[in-house]
Amino acid sequence: MPKSVAELQAIAKRTRRAIIEMIGTAKSGHPGGSLSAVEILVELYFDHLRIDPANPKWADRDRFILSKGHAAPVLYTVMAEAGFPDTPASQLNTLRKLGSVYQGHPDTRFIGSLEASTGSLGEGLSLALGLGLAARLEGRSSRTFVLLGDGEIQEGQIWEAAMFGAFHKLDNVVAIVDYNGIQLDGFVKDIMEVAPLADKWRAFGWKTLEIDGHSFPAIREALEEAAATKGQPTCIVAHTVKGKGVSFMENNPKFHGTAPSPAEMERALQEIG
Amino acid sequence: MPSNTGVAKIKFEVKLGPATREAFGRALAELGRENKDIVVCDADLSKSTMTTYFAKEFPERFFSCGIAESNMVGIAAGLALAGKIPFVSSFSAFVMTKGFEQLRVCAAYPKVNVKVVGTHSGISIGEDGPSQMSVEDTALACALPGFVVISPADEVSTKALIRLTAAHVGPVFVRTGRPKAPVIYDAAQKFEIGKAIQVVPGTDVTIVTNGLLLGQAILAAQTLESEGIAARVLDMHTVKPIDRDAIARAARETGAIVVAEEHLVDMGLGVRVAQVVAETRPCPMEFVGIRDTYAESGEGDELLAKYGLTAAEIAAAARKAVARKG
Repeated sequence: MPKSVAELQAIAKRTRRAIIEMIGTAKSGHPGGSLSAVEILVELYFDHLRIDPANPKWADRDRFILSKGHAAPVLYTVMAEAGFPDTPASQLNTLRKLGSVYQGHPDTRFIGSLEASTGSLGEGLSLALGLGLAARLEGRSSRTFVLLGDGEIQEGQIWEAAMFGAFHKLDNVVAIVDYNGIQLDGFVKDIMEVAPLADKWRAFGWKTLEIDGHSFPAIREALEEAAATKGQPTCIVAHTVKGKGVSFMENNPKFHGTAPSPAEMERALQEIG
Repeated sequence: MPSNTGVAKIKFEVKLGPATREAFGRALAELGRENKDIVVCDADLSKSTMTTYFAKEFPERFFSCGIAESNMVGIAAGLALAGKIPFVSSFSAFVMTKGFEQLRVCAAYPKVNVKVVGTHSGISIGEDGPSQMSVEDTALACALPGFVVISPADEVSTKALIRLTAAHVGPVFVRTGRPKAPVIYDAAQKFEIGKAIQVVPGTDVTIVTNGLLLGQAILAAQTLESEGIAARVLDMHTVKPIDRDAIARAARETGAIVVAEEHLVDMGLGVRVAQVVAETRPCPMEFVGIRDTYAESGEGDELLAKYGLTAAEIAAAARKAVARKG
C-alpha cells in the first residue's frame, strides 16, 4: 500500500533519530551522508521497492545497493523499520561494535538480506548493472536501484559503468546521486568538481532527472518516471543537504565523518523532535 | 602418466598442443551448451582470450564491457549475486591489476561466485613486452582470501580444470598462457582442485611446478635421470589451496625440492611451497623463476631462455639441491 506523505515523514523523523543515536553511541561514523539520504531511502523502502522483508531472497524482488556504503546507518535503520529478519531494531545501537551485525560498512556476511557488501567507493553501480543484466536475461521484472555519493562519482569506475548501462540499454536500473555537495575533505567543488552533473549523465546516455531529494512527492514522481522509461537507464540527481535535519550538521563538512559528542547528540535529538 | 619417449633437451622436441587459452575458450563454449547460467564478460580481447567461441555461440550470454576491467569485474559480481556463473576474461596483466580492487571487495570479501580467467600470463607472450606480461598475477590472486588459484599446463588439464572451476562455488582465478603448450596428459587423466599430480616418479629430488614450465620440468627430469638422479615431478596445478600432503611427502621421501614457475620468484608458487616445507619437513630448496625484474620484447622461447626458465636451469637447480642434502 502506498504510504501518505505524512506517514513517510514520520518514518523519516524516526530514522533521523536512530541515525544520530547509533553514530553517537558508536562514537564514530558518518552522520552527514546518512541524514542527506533519509527521504530517498524511506521513499524507496516504504513506497516504491517491490520487496517482501519476510522473504528477503524472493527471486523477483527489487534490489537496492548502497554504493556510498559509509551511509550504512540510514540503510540499517530503514531495513530495521521495514522488518527484515536479520536487522533487529533492538540492536541498532551496537553499530560498529565487535560482534554486531551492524558493521561499519554494509557486510553481507553479517546481514544476508543486504544485496551487496559495499564501502569501497565507485563499485555499486557496476554491481547494480550486473543484477540488471541477470534480471533481463531471466525475463524477471525485478528492478535495481543504487545510491551513489556525489564525491563517489569522482571514481573512474562509475563512468565505465555509466557507459556500460547505456550501451546495454539497462532500463531496469536506476542510479540516484545524493548530491549534497560535501565530501570528507570539504566541499565537492573544492576537492574535485563534478558539475555539471546532470549534463554528464545525459551525455553518457542516461535518462536524467533533477529533483529535490528531500521531497517525498518529487522522489516518488521521479521513480515513477524512471519505471516508465524504456531503452535506457535512469539517473536521478537528487539535490540534498548534507546533515539534513540537524542545524549544526547541515552543510558542515566536519560531520561527513565525525560522530556527535554526547552533548551534540542531545541537541540533535531535541532538534529532530 | 605421460610418455617419456622421444626425449630431447630443448622444448621444441616436445610435442606441442593447443595453448591453454585456446583450451579455455573451447571448454567455455562446451560449458555454455550444458549450463545456461554460464555467462561471460570480456574487455575487448575476446579474439585473444578465446572467449570468442562462447560469444559466437551464445551472444545473449556474452557481455562486451569495452576496455574497462574494473567495471567488468563489478558487472560479473552483480551477475553472480543474481545466481549466474560469470567468467570474466582478459590478459592476466590487466584483469588482475585493474580489476584487483573489485576482486577484493566485490568477489573475495563477500565470497561471490566470480570466475576470473587471465590469459597471456608470464613472459612467454613474447613480442608485446612487459606492459602486457603478467609476472605477479599468482601473488595477487593468492592475496585474496577464499580464492582458488589454478595454473594448468596443457589442453587436457585446462579443459578439466575449467569445468571444475565452473562447478566450484566461490571465486576462482585461472592462469593461462599464449603459446602452444606441451602435450602432457592423456584425455582420461582425472583432476581435482587442490590435488597435485605426480607426473614423473622419483626419489632423489622433487621438482614442483605448473603451467608452461611443466614441460620443461619433465625434460629436466629426463636429463637428470641420465645422470643417475631420480627426480620426481609434481604438477601443482592448484596453487591455492595448495596440496600440503604432496609437498610434505616429497620433502620426506626425496629430501630436496626445486620449485619452477613462470612468475616472479619472490612471491609465487615457490614461497607457498617453501612455507609448507618449513611447517612440515624442512629440506634444501632451490627456486627457478623471474628474479625481481621485468622482461622485454622477443620470441617467447628466447625470453624463457634469457630469464632462466628452461629445463637446463631446472636441472641445474636440482643438482644444487641434491648436493645440499649433505
